[in-house]
Amino acid sequence: MESKTTRSKVLSSLSTASFPVLAVIAALVIGAVLIFILGLDWRLAYKSLLQGSLGTKKAIAESLVKTTPLYFTGLSFAIAKRCGLINLGAEGQVYMGGLFAAFIGLSFAGLPRYIHLPLTVMMGFIGGGLLGLITGVLKVRFGASELITGIMFNYIAIKLVSFFVTGPLKEPGDLDQTAIMEVSAQIPRIIENTRLHAGLIIALLCLVFFYIFLWKTTSGYEMRVVGMNRGAAEYSGISISKNVLLAMALAGGFAGLAGCCEVIGVQFRLFQDFSPQYGYEGLPVALLGNSHPVGILLSGLLFGVLKSGSNTMKMLAQVPVAVIQIIQALVIIFVAGREIYNLTKLLRRNKQLEKAGGMNGN
Amino acid sequence: MAYLEMKQITKVFPGVVANDNINFSVEKGEIHALLGENGAGKTTLMNILYGLYRQTSGEIWINDKKVAITSPKEAIDLGIGMVHQHFMLIPALTIIENVVLGMKENKQILDLKRAASDVCAEAAKYDMTIDPFMETWKLSVGQQQRLEIIKALYRGVKLLILDEPTAVLTPQEVSVFFTMVRKLSEEGHTVIFITHKLPEVMQLCGRCTVLRHGKLETTVNINDVKNKQELARLMVGKDVEFSVQKTPAVPGEEVLSIKNLNARNNKGLPALKNVSFDVHAGEILGVAGVDGNGQSELVECLTGLRKIDSGVIRIMGVEIPKLAARTILEQGVSHIPEDRHRRGMLKDMSVKENLILMNYFKEPYSTKGFLNWKWISGYAQELCKEFNVKTPSIEEKADKLSGGNQQKFIVGRELERKPKLLIAMHPDRGLDIGATKYIQSRIVAARDSGSAVLLVSTELDEIMELSDRIIVMYEGGIIGLIDDPQVTREYIGLLMAGTRPQDSLEWMSPCP
Ligand SMILES: Nc1ncnc2c1ncn2[C@@H]1O[C@H](COP(=O)(O)OP(=O)(O)OP(=O)(O)O)[C@@H](O)[C@H]1O
Ligand SMILES: [Mg+2]
Repeated sequence: MESKTTRSKVLSSLSTASFPVLAVIAALVIGAVLIFILGLDWRLAYKSLLQGSLGTKKAIAESLVKTTPLYFTGLSFAIAKRCGLINLGAEGQVYMGGLFAAFIGLSFAGLPRYIHLPLTVMMGFIGGGLLGLITGVLKVRFGASELITGIMFNYIAIKLVSFFVTGPLKEPGDLDQTAIMEVSAQIPRIIENTRLHAGLIIALLCLVFFYIFLWKTTSGYEMRVVGMNRGAAEYSGISISKNVLLAMALAGGFAGLAGCCEVIGVQFRLFQDFSPQYGYEGLPVALLGNSHPVGILLSGLLFGVLKSGSNTMKMLAQVPVAVIQIIQALVIIFVAGREIYNLTKLLRRNKQLEKAGGMNGN
Repeated sequence: MAYLEMKQITKVFPGVVANDNINFSVEKGEIHALLGENGAGKTTLMNILYGLYRQTSGEIWINDKKVAITSPKEAIDLGIGMVHQHFMLIPALTIIENVVLGMKENKQILDLKRAASDVCAEAAKYDMTIDPFMETWKLSVGQQQRLEIIKALYRGVKLLILDEPTAVLTPQEVSVFFTMVRKLSEEGHTVIFITHKLPEVMQLCGRCTVLRHGKLETTVNINDVKNKQELARLMVGKDVEFSVQKTPAVPGEEVLSIKNLNARNNKGLPALKNVSFDVHAGEILGVAGVDGNGQSELVECLTGLRKIDSGVIRIMGVEIPKLAARTILEQGVSHIPEDRHRRGMLKDMSVKENLILMNYFKEPYSTKGFLNWKWISGYAQELCKEFNVKTPSIEEKADKLSGGNQQKFIVGRELERKPKLLIAMHPDRGLDIGATKYIQSRIVAARDSGSAVLLVSTELDEIMELSDRIIVMYEGGIIGLIDDPQVTREYIGLLMAGTRPQDSLEWMSPCP
């Protein structure tokens, strides 16, 4: 029995893992064909892509810098998904995280780092978390779709940051940006002469937290029940509202950390449009990673590598950066296509169940 | 020469051999029963025939031609149709839209009018009058089922597979359904009929094939079978006890009391009208009635899943309408839900995770918010053994278990809670005879140890066998309360149909 168990477990996890891997391979192959059609050397292109992202210590560090926010926003999308929600408001939550971190990071000069830094990180989490929570409240209280309100809050949050960096927090001078964060609020670098900062460690800790929370705690179990079958949640007395609020707050918090780490770990300032769509990029990371911590660990890295290698690819092989974006988009289409297929199948079945009152599962 | 032959079919799932070298053949025009215990491999074998699964090895021959069936589309082209227990109708569409959906004859512009008249003609052959432009959700379960069959026939299906078609039907609907199946067979259609109800097999079928543990046991002529006991022996391999041992009830204190309960259904119409009754410790109160007469709403009100309009519900003396579902459950209430897929289980979670759904927040299931997976695994293993849940492991996704085995672990989970009040709705839906008897005896045992049991079922036999008292529901009200064990089946049948005998006293006494 034991050996059967482990074998079937391995087999089934292999089969769930095989699809994302295939999607990536297919996307890369199509990308190669595309480069070929452009009359360029695809082998050189992919070689320089790897060179630029993993070829040197510095390149690896830079890839990881690009990966870090993707972990946070990937987790943001994933935890909402596990509760049956779609968090399209991550971008706004990233901005709020950055803004809240900036409030603290710009003040309290002279505070020791071991107090100032954790405090700033916490505020980043809270900033994003609050916005997520508000989205959740609107859903629970008024039934407003988190999808729509999430997107609308994105605009509000981005404009709010614009307001602060052009007004109250603006540093004297021509540029619309804040002053440099207090040193005691800056995340230390972990490899010298690179931009790789300890935010990566925070991200990895969040991945571990995500795993422990969902699969080892009762609250995480509740959240998964709500995400899988609301009927069963009601039946067993699990509060759907409570879990929606918690999931949205955590989702917002994770996204907030992405913004926070950008501001106090990479840029050391807050300025307009400081996030190049990290919030939206979390979605494919979570999708490709099947909202599972190990999956996100790998898919986040993949997207980080693609992003950071694309410039070298352009320089050495003259392949436009757009090709990388196409490859990314293809991965998303493959994975999302299957996701949508599964979802419609599920919805249809649920509807039939409701109306038919059908029983036996065969 | 057989019409259909499945030769040496083997199907292996990770950790399970669901079909092991099965030879199965069906003659043209016969009604052939496929029997076997829960998890014996019936559904799997038929899913292979219908192209939903691909066999690991083995061949399928139709009319002496070897065929490869890789999708339901191909099956239908070969004249094979299947009606699953879960109907595949889309509720928002009209009847005719559902029928033509996905047909390859469809043109760019649908000629629904012509299709409608064809379908009506087809239906009329089976004494079914339908309004082809009615929305499907308005149909009763029995009507939906017949529509599924019409849909298959309209596609020119010659061989019809019916997987546990009668599990959700009321006795009246069953007899209508039987008439239709007989007519089909007279016209030369072939029917494969999966069921756990042996009397139905004796009544309807010509031959039957029995599977046991994934292997072919035998194929017999029903005429050669003396009685259902013999059939049961073939299925189980030993004699089966058909009746449940039960002593007279010793009712104790009042556990559940309902006064003037009113509530509405999902469409906002009155579903419960001034319902009052009570259930005591140590007794089983059966709720009889044709499906859809307020039973579902009643149970939902009792378990905090539906708002009540007025009335008082007390459990152990505590008024519950203001309580949340969790608080009600914590009063010592267990609930075996009507629809296991909608409420009772999480298809994508493992068996183990499903078994803690009601208790995960308590010691020793968890400590300080952390689940004790090690303890839970041991517990799940025990429970599966006790209730004979067939699964390769407790890590298996619940979805992969056979229908009956899913039901077993839900019932097991609820009985294990040692409830003060057990609310059981169709507790043995989809269970084989052995499992049915086991679950019924466990329900009686729960009663004997002092639980109050509210048993809701549309099956009169089950109600009459288990209950100490019976109430009959009709159109949202209670039309009769019966506490005389001698009362006849016919009398209850009349009440279920809504006729309240004028002189009920005379009716109720055994010897007038
Ligand atoms: N998709 C699947 N993946 C893995 N195992 C499966 C799958 N479908 C069925 N099985 C296994 O195959 C065995 C036979 O299942 P099947 O559904 O055919 O039983 P059944 O005879 O229809 O039982 P029931 O009367 O309970 O419906 C079971 O042990 C089940 O666990
Ligand atoms: Mg079955």
